Amino acid sequence: MTIKEKQEEIVEEFSLFDEWMDKYEHIIELGKELPLIEEKYKTDENLIKGCQSRVWLHAELIDGNVIFTADSDAIITKGIIGLVIRVFSGHSPKEIAETELFFIDQIGLQEHLSPTRSNGLLSMLKQIKMYAVAFQAKQ
Amino acid sequence: MIKEKNILNINKIRDDFPILKREVNGKPLVYFDNGATSQKPQLVIDVINKYYTFENSNIHRGIHTLSQEATNAYEVARKKVQRFVNAQHEHEIIFTKGTTDSINLVAASFGKKHLKKGDEIIISNMEHHSNIVPWQMICEEKEAVLKVIPINDKGELLMDEFKKLLSPKTKFVSITHVSNTLGTINPVKEIIKLAKEAGALVLIDGAQAVPHTKIDVQDLGCDFYAFSGHKMFGPTGVGILYGKEAILNDLPPYQGGGDMIKTVTFEKTTYNELPHKFEAGTPNIVGGIGLGVAIDYMNSIGLDKIEAYEHELLTYATEQIKQIEGVRIVGEAAKKASVLSFVVDGTHPSDIGMIIDKLGVAIRTGHHCTEPLMNRLNVPGTARASFAFYNTFEEIDIFIAALKRAVTMLK
Ligand SMILES: Cc1ncc(COP(=O)(O)O)c(C=O)c1O
Repeated sequence: MTIKEKQEEIVEEFSLFDEWMDKYEHIIELGKELPLIEEKYKTDENLIKGCQSRVWLHAELIDGNVIFTADSDAIITKGIIGLVIRVFSGHSPKEIAETELFFIDQIGLQEHLSPTRSNGLLSMLKQIKMYAVAFQAKQ
Repeated sequence: MIKEKNILNINKIRDDFPILKREVNGKPLVYFDNGATSQKPQLVIDVINKYYTFENSNIHRGIHTLSQEATNAYEVARKKVQRFVNAQHEHEIIFTKGTTDSINLVAASFGKKHLKKGDEIIISNMEHHSNIVPWQMICEEKEAVLKVIPINDKGELLMDEFKKLLSPKTKFVSITHVSNTLGTINPVKEIIKLAKEAGALVLIDGAQAVPHTKIDVQDLGCDFYAFSGHKMFGPTGVGILYGKEAILNDLPPYQGGGDMIKTVTFEKTTYNELPHKFEAGTPNIVGGIGLGVAIDYMNSIGLDKIEAYEHELLTYATEQIKQIEGVRIVGEAAKKASVLSFVVDGTHPSDIGMIIDKLGVAIRTGHHCTEPLMNRLNVPGTARASFAFYNTFEEIDIFIAALKRAVTMLK
């Protein structure tokens, strides 16, 4: 599946929920399921400090694709991170760098990207793109 | 209990605040973020509208009628503030942008004239960043030393430690009246007395006290008292610095510009008298006028009633929240005002805040601009409900139900 297709799949998945509480419940479940980042990668270097919650992001290039792992101390943030990772992880640096992220808006979570939330998500997205660009340059 | 609930005519009061009728996320708004800013009564909204519609003009510098009217309205507001905090003179009331601005003014002006290398300034472990950073800045510049009064685990100042910190080197003591994060009401009268005996000047950060309790600066005996209009039902962008006449006269101006001068030549400028000496530039005129109306409004309800009612709200909320498993209250001082900070085992405050927001309940989560306090208490942040006199027991029930639901979801 392409990054675009994966996003469409998530939008479809979330279209089942019309209540906010159901949406959050689902995100919390995703957060709980997110495979934890290896402790050794929870370094200050990988830490994206938001005002409210902390996010760790680690990236590796394996066989030409970028594998992301991440974690957060806040579970809703972690659930959204889980979605972002599902979308981007395992794709080529080029595709990651070039594909637009639209699913967060479409499932109504754009407020989580607003600077006032300062939960590290926005910085994490920037960081993902930066990794992709950096890996691209290396290839 | 029932009797206590009727201290205020709460339905009428709620009618005075139009925003309380709105819904958020399809649910009636429960506004428990009063510590961050309070809502505004219709009277304040109306006076802002009226000012820009009929009265707008600049003050202190026009001979025309509109300017006279605006000047009068602004100066009447100053008088209202004077009476509200029982200052001896009108010109001891300086209009600023807010508490932060007031503290910066004092730190900069006092520091410039009086601070020397090795001098000491005392603050506390529970200060808002606004009462930390301005002092750090001036200390750095003057090579003075910042000392911090420690607290106990309940969130109370260790007064014995404070006494030990005081010395002839102590030049200034700047302490919050009520902690925005914990709700602790500090024994400011005693602090002021001790500081004065040591020969230091004292500023009290009253941002969180003024909305909830009667302030009498002469009875307190402080040299400065700072607060914000927006936390006391007035507009944003206006605040107050009360300062004793003799001390304000001694301090150099903070900013230069229009209004604060007597005469200007390129060789020498002479400064205006109090309060104008500290009010450079066109001020937030409508902010000042709006603040005056907010004070009228608070007086019409009565500070003693506000305090008594809010105490009941806090007691009730505290009892209720303790029933929820895993909740730990952060800040359990014997004397508290209107603030209920808490953490829930195994959950992050921001998750709690986001979920109950979708249920219509507005609280604040995070470090509340008190990072050193968070570090001392060893929490990454808290969730904080803060109450005003327009809040109700029913709203607390809604908040508690929302919180229970959030905790169930998150566990
Ligand atoms: C105790 C305390 N001091 C200072 C401030 C700063 O007030 P303002 O942002 O209105 O200048 C606040 C507001 O959050 C506060 O709670």
